Amino acid sequence: MSTATTAPPSPATTGPTSSVARDTYTVFARAMRMSLRNPAWLVISLMQPILYIVLFGPLLEPLSSQLGSGNAYQLFVPGILVQLGIFGALFVGFGLIAEYRAGVIESQRVTPASRTALLLGRVMRDVVVLLVQGTLLVLVSIPLGLRAPVIGVVLTLVVIALLGAAFASVSYALALTLKSEDAFAPLLNAVVLPVLLLSGILLPMTLAPGWLQAISDVNPLKHVVEGARSFFDGDYGSSTAWWGAGLTVAMGLLGWWFGVRRFRQESS
Amino acid sequence: MIHARGLARTFRKKKQEVHAVAGVDLDVEAGEIVGFLGPNGAGKTTTLRMLTTLLAPTAGTATVAGCDLVTDPVGVRRRIGYVSQSGATYPDARAGEEVVDHARLYGISTAEATARGKQLFRELDLDGLWERQPKSMSGGQRRRLDIAVGLVHVPGLVFLDEPTTGLDPQARANLWQHIRGLREERGTTVFLTTHYLDEADALCDRILVIDAGRIVAEGTPDELKSQVGGDVLTVTVEHAETAGRVAALMAALPGAEVPQVLDTRVVGRAPQGGAALMTLVRELDAAGIAVAGIESRRPSLDDVFLDLTGRSLRESGGPAGPGGPAGADRTADKQPQEMAR
Repeated sequence: MSTATTAPPSPATTGPTSSVARDTYTVFARAMRMSLRNPAWLVISLMQPILYIVLFGPLLEPLSSQLGSGNAYQLFVPGILVQLGIFGALFVGFGLIAEYRAGVIESQRVTPASRTALLLGRVMRDVVVLLVQGTLLVLVSIPLGLRAPVIGVVLTLVVIALLGAAFASVSYALALTLKSEDAFAPLLNAVVLPVLLLSGILLPMTLAPGWLQAISDVNPLKHVVEGARSFFDGDYGSSTAWWGAGLTVAMGLLGWWFGVRRFRQESS
Repeated sequence: MIHARGLARTFRKKKQEVHAVAGVDLDVEAGEIVGFLGPNGAGKTTTLRMLTTLLAPTAGTATVAGCDLVTDPVGVRRRIGYVSQSGATYPDARAGEEVVDHARLYGISTAEATARGKQLFRELDLDGLWERQPKSMSGGQRRRLDIAVGLVHVPGLVFLDEPTTGLDPQARANLWQHIRGLREERGTTVFLTTHYLDEADALCDRILVIDAGRIVAEGTPDELKSQVGGDVLTVTVEHAETAGRVAALMAALPGAEVPQVLDTRVVGRAPQGGAALMTLVRELDAAGIAVAGIESRRPSLDDVFLDLTGRSLRESGGPAGPGGPAGADRTADKQPQEMAR
């Protein structure tokens, strides 16, 4: 290295080699610190599902016998949890665009840190945030009348965490590709509404006419919602439950592959 | 420190190939401050992004800080610092945390990183700003913070991309002081890009001039200036119609080039400007031509640039310029902002 004059501190080039776990933790801790310092966003993203539970949930109560479920919240809360998992996570890309603009992403990319860690640390923050939000959501629903087995709720939260990780990875990859809110926002809006309506999050698709059911059958998220509902019903052995979980794993792998690929690519 | 051969990068935009960098050879030795000078869109940032592993070259080879750019990018990353044009810190973070977080990505412990960061804050006149948010710092402070981030792992080689763009004159002069200090106090090799001639002149041991993706000249500022044939003579006449006669007189000076006439201004070049000026004054007086001003000056790097590329560097950067090349490839990291507008 530098042979000229005496450099005051010793060069860091002989330091320990990069480890994915350590870099992931560094990125995670930094992202978490930023989120906690500006909690407005966390509160806003939680407010929406809570409003759904409090202001829309009661409308379902008189219908619950028709929907074939024990109580309305047992049906509604899993849907809202899935919604939180997908849509909360899809919007994390906006933060990445802001970081990119500030030069933070570039400056992290010139470090020897593992590219995977740069993504994984951020996704882990998102998953932790999601789990806290999801738990709060379940707790808020209890006084309103939610009754569900604890195991079912925990299993659902695991599925939601995985789903959130998948969509957060996709969101980061897209954000890093588009690099502009003006391109990213319309894309999300174009995707979000049809997916929401075709997933049976608000009302089960069993109420839908045949043609609409057929279309929604293609939407993997519909099966995730139905799987989560089975977990909330304590129906752990049903194929519906495990189809949902299996599709979530598949989406998780796909989202992760997409995200890592984008983070490994050079930035252009 | 840097040895590049035939380094090139071709972008594909709308099915058109853009040769942002078309084969660059360069060598930078340890302890040098080397300036990469050129107008916007010349390929400076693209070259820098290749040398810092952010962009893969489409052709050519390079060794940076002893590691091969293509086969050992991680080795390169470990040994270099890079201060990009767009900064390195998040506006809402805390200054000190940004430095420590960055150091952690090099595997430096938090305690060690904090000690080094505080030392850098002292050296870069950022004392007392450790807890400050970058968004509430001045432009000059933020720039020095970026440099602190880029230096916290004590790289032997640091790349500065347009370090003083957007700073006021005082902050620029102050930053130059600190950049010189990097070499003098830490023995750091500095490779910087700039489109400011005075910056290259004041700061750099050696200058590489890049235009349209190629290096068109290199040397010390003095070497480059002496390549320009002689000193620059400028005569401003009272009446534009006499300018032609002045030009004829100027052209007749020993060793002079054919001068240019710009309305009432006649600009030419001649060796030994002082002596040429004396001759010219006598002849103008004898011819009875009314002169408003006359001067001889050493050529500037702008003259060098004009000589090499046929256009003035100021055209592309200056606010009064007639537009200049519209930064076709500009910096890749600026594109999204521009597209977003």
